[in-house]
Amino acid sequence: MTARDRRGVTIGVLLFALAALLPLASDSYFLSIGVTIAMYTALATSWALFSGPTHYISLATAAFFGIGTYTTGIGIEYMPYWLTLPIAAVIGAVLAALVGVATLRLSGVYFVIFTLGLAELVRQIITWGQNVSGAKGLYVLTSITEEHIYWQLTGLSALVFLAGFLIWRSRLGFAVRILGDDEEVARHSGIHTARVKVLLFMIPGAVAAVTGAILAPRYVYIEPAIAFTPMLSFQVVIMALLGGTGRLWGPVVGVIPFTFLWEAISGTFPNQTTLLLGLSFLVIVYLLPRGFVGLIEEARGRVSRRGAFA
Amino acid sequence: MTPVLSLRGATKRFGGLVAVNELDFDVAEHEVLGLIGPNGSGKSTTLNLISGALPPTAGTISLRGSVISGLPAQDIARRGVARTFQLVRLLPSMTVLENVMAGAVFGHRRRWGHDAEAQAMRVLDLVGLSRRAQAPVGSLTYIDTKRVELARTLAGEPKVLLLDEWLAGLNPTELEEGIALIRRLRDEGRTIILVEHVMDAIRSLCDRCVVMSSGSKIAEGETEEVLNDPGVIEAYLGVEEPAHA
Ligand SMILES: Nc1ncnc2c1ncn2[C@@H]1O[C@H](COP(=O)(O)OP(=O)(O)OP(=O)(O)O)[C@@H](O)[C@H]1O
Ligand SMILES: [Mg+2]
Repeated sequence: MTARDRRGVTIGVLLFALAALLPLASDSYFLSIGVTIAMYTALATSWALFSGPTHYISLATAAFFGIGTYTTGIGIEYMPYWLTLPIAAVIGAVLAALVGVATLRLSGVYFVIFTLGLAELVRQIITWGQNVSGAKGLYVLTSITEEHIYWQLTGLSALVFLAGFLIWRSRLGFAVRILGDDEEVARHSGIHTARVKVLLFMIPGAVAAVTGAILAPRYVYIEPAIAFTPMLSFQVVIMALLGGTGRLWGPVVGVIPFTFLWEAISGTFPNQTTLLLGLSFLVIVYLLPRGFVGLIEEARGRVSRRGAFA
Repeated sequence: MTPVLSLRGATKRFGGLVAVNELDFDVAEHEVLGLIGPNGSGKSTTLNLISGALPPTAGTISLRGSVISGLPAQDIARRGVARTFQLVRLLPSMTVLENVMAGAVFGHRRRWGHDAEAQAMRVLDLVGLSRRAQAPVGSLTYIDTKRVELARTLAGEPKVLLLDEWLAGLNPTELEEGIALIRRLRDEGRTIILVEHVMDAIRSLCDRCVVMSSGSKIAEGETEEVLNDPGVIEAYLGVEEPAHA
């Protein structure tokens, strides 16, 4: 571990410890914002682990999330709640692997469309299943409190960071960086690019499914329109891009301001949220192509250059 | 002894165009084989077939007797075929050392950690770039980018090296250095296919040559003999005279 790694890990551990204290010090409004931030941190950070280096834009987050929600919704009838989380993770990872094997040989455009379609497809299947069985939705009644949900999501985010850190230092991480730079060179250097992409795509698949599973008790009543909202996929993309995907800590830098901004927007203009979401997407891509990470590193570069000439 | 690499009836069609037409040749161990021919004669396409960048339309290519044609590029690379590209391809976000480590970590002979780094430094030393190991590749001169690419292919200890016009675009001094570098590789006993237009380099480096024209092999043999073959001169004259400079 380099000195820089050690400093990064220390800062990360401290911030997560601090974040874990939030429920002890805040009212229910801030706690609910905390849940939103923790949820999007897990989703956007894991999304960027895959989409950052590969440049494949995945809109499948809602599909995995919804599947996780339903895994807990249905599973809780038959087993203790905590057992539904690893099951959701496995289902999410396996589904991601299947989608990856089917699509990651294709170009990025097909991948975007396919992942968007996937969420809709899964939603239709569940809706159909409910029509056949006659049930409209599912009740998820537990004694799990908002604090518990917050802690679980914060723990999940910490796991995602740990996974990202370990992968970055592994052969897999090196392979991904090479692949992100030049896929042709990667293949000719002996990297099984398809396998690398599939492996990496399983991470956001599993994480989104677990996130959905953790949040199921919060919804109490779940139905396909809640669990599979496509808005979720788009919001994750926007937040990750706003923060920047070039660094592990990038997405969270987008998640926090965007969550507050979004609270304000959806409070003030509840009927124009989709429009404003699209607008913010355009603004981010146009003005901040590398996100806040890009801005920060540019500023740093300028400072150190000035230092060098002084 | 079985040849290191052999092509039998290797063919590539792009729609109606036959870029490589039933090509047969062998490369023996420790041999430097020149693959020459006028522009558009199918040399790069042949390398693409060998390295797996493109699947052949017909024919077989074998490495030490086992068929590699049809395998994906990454499997062929792992079995020991490494190449440079006619237009240099580096990993732009990485340092010189990391570029070379890509070959050391994932190539034919795989290493990791300090081992991979030491190997990358060894080949950087060989190509004369060890002092630039930590430099970002964006800051390199043209010949140095070519050196990095060569080092990346060497780092995995391949059985066969495919160099696609590695000497093209160098000025006279660089060319001399470049030829000396490849001669060193040759003296180390590496097996190389050299696609090249620079006649001086071909004369001084290649044991044998295969000459292509419009996708087909028109001559094969000892370098001097082949270069004096009337059919070869004719093929070159049809496009441009081979540079004797
Ligand atoms: N991917 C491709 N699709 C269609 N045609 C191609 C493709 N690659 C090469 N060709 C054609 O195949 C022929 C042989 O091209 P190739 O690049 O192999 O020639 P070359 O001998 O390497 O020429 P040069 O000396 O200019 O590099 C050319 O007519 C070229 O236009
Ligand atoms: Mg060529």
